[in-house]
Amino acid sequence: MTAIGSKTTPTLSRPPGAPVYLDYQATTPCDPRVVEAMLPWFTEKFGNPHSRNHRYGWEAEEAVEKAREQIADIIAADSKEIIFTSGATESNNLALKGVAHFYKEKKDHIITVVTEHKCVLDTCRHLEQEGFSVTYLPVKADGLIDLGELEAAITDRTVIVSVMAVNNEIGVIQPLAEIGALCRRKGAFFHTDCAQAVGKIPLDVNAMNIDLMSISGHKFYGPKGIGALYVRRRPRIRLVPMINGGGQERGMRSGTLPTPLCVGIGEACAIAKAEMAEESERLKGLQHRLLGGLRQRLPEIYVNGDLENRIPGNLNISFAFVEGEGLMMGVKDLAVSSGSACTSASLEPSYVLRALGVDVEMAHTSLRFGLGRFTTSEDIEFAIDHIVEAVEHLRSMSPLWDMHLEGVDLKSIKWAEH
Amino acid sequence: MAYSDKVIDHYEHPRNVGALDKEDAAVGTGLVGAPACGDVMKLQIKVSAEGIIEDAKFKTFGCGSAIASSSLVTEWVKGKTLDEAATIKNTDIAHELALPPVKIHCSVLAEDAIKAAIADYKKKSGKDDSAAAE
Repeated sequence: MTAIGSKTTPTLSRPPGAPVYLDYQATTPCDPRVVEAMLPWFTEKFGNPHSRNHRYGWEAEEAVEKAREQIADIIAADSKEIIFTSGATESNNLALKGVAHFYKEKKDHIITVVTEHKCVLDTCRHLEQEGFSVTYLPVKADGLIDLGELEAAITDRTVIVSVMAVNNEIGVIQPLAEIGALCRRKGAFFHTDCAQAVGKIPLDVNAMNIDLMSISGHKFYGPKGIGALYVRRRPRIRLVPMINGGGQERGMRSGTLPTPLCVGIGEACAIAKAEMAEESERLKGLQHRLLGGLRQRLPEIYVNGDLENRIPGNLNISFAFVEGEGLMMGVKDLAVSSGSACTSASLEPSYVLRALGVDVEMAHTSLRFGLGRFTTSEDIEFAIDHIVEAVEHLRSMSPLWDMHLEGVDLKSIKWAEH
Repeated sequence: MAYSDKVIDHYEHPRNVGALDKEDAAVGTGLVGAPACGDVMKLQIKVSAEGIIEDAKFKTFGCGSAIASSSLVTEWVKGKTLDEAATIKNTDIAHELALPPVKIHCSVLAEDAIKAAIADYKKKSGKDDSAAAE
């Protein structure tokens, strides 16, 4: 077993023939150290952490409390402020609905951003149907919000502002500390969906004035099915629970805690905290190499979203004149995702890219590359060659590429939209 | 989403990729779709003096199913008369490639491309009877 913080991060072997995994924003494999920490809690240490009358319960309780501390530790919170949930979707639902419902007599306005994850946007739509009013802030071309627009949107009716820390499609980092300071000054709670941020960037709930934070285990090498919600105690934030029952998690989220999953997310936090700085540097190198390698060999490629304020494990690139889903099929030895959303029933391209003002044509040509702990420089070299080959092949059979080479302005053509 | 073997075969080994001289009176060119919708097909046919499609070429911007649909129709139209080619239906294409419902529009586009290429040929050669043109 590799120790936390040692220079030798474990490697994960890939089954023969399996594609190179470059979709770390979708999910991550469990770190083998996380799995090892979890295993005893499935079998010999199977107790219910809420059993107060025997050793099985006590040791399980001790394990979940240690995990709670590990989670609190990575965001500079107190462990009493951490509630276990099933994941970031539940955390986002609980934060928004819980706060909105508790304070509804006094305040009924919510502010969020158009590029939020669907689970935040859908929750807000739901609250609108209940009678709350919601402001959906736009983003600038770099994917970041305008603080002036946020300030102007906050009123004395605003109960909560929800802004994600890191976007899942384009990896851009919102200015959390500035948003937090603004919310605190204006008297609105600040909730941030940190599913893509925990373990990737330093977070400090006090320095950043964060009141509620959603966390997901499987985005940073922990198990799926576990997450957490940070809920500030000073000043105290109150929530109406969504799940009622035995009153676990300070009454905010009833249900028996899944000890192995709690241990897993805790261990994932401990590893991330110890290795984040080094890992971040390594990933920055890989990100730089991937983009550089592609730019060197392919004209007409464009990075979507700000490149500076971005986690190093993400690149979102439009390959002009090549449709994204067709390209994904061409890079079949890579596991990536596309903003073309050609597979979705709506056939609409990514709403996140559209919100940046990316042309719908260019949104159709985008791929998202997610790099992570087990991505090697060999993987990146392989990816560059594979992508270049596929893009060149598909451009050679793209009528739009021919028109581009002939100097035809595609916007001047009257297309028959279907 | 998993693709059918036939879609994969056409995607990996596309038939008749390329271009014909669009100024040639014997060549009809159909350009259908839109970049904003994520697919554009260019289908060209070369028609003999006897009215037989003797060559067909395509270029497509689109997903695997769009590329496969256009590749398939270039195979199908070759050797056919214009009237025969005009009878190719999107449902035949969708059936042959086992396209899922969300990809039916790719086969519709391929049918439109054939019709557009035939109409262009007829217009250029003065044989426009407007029956196939749309």
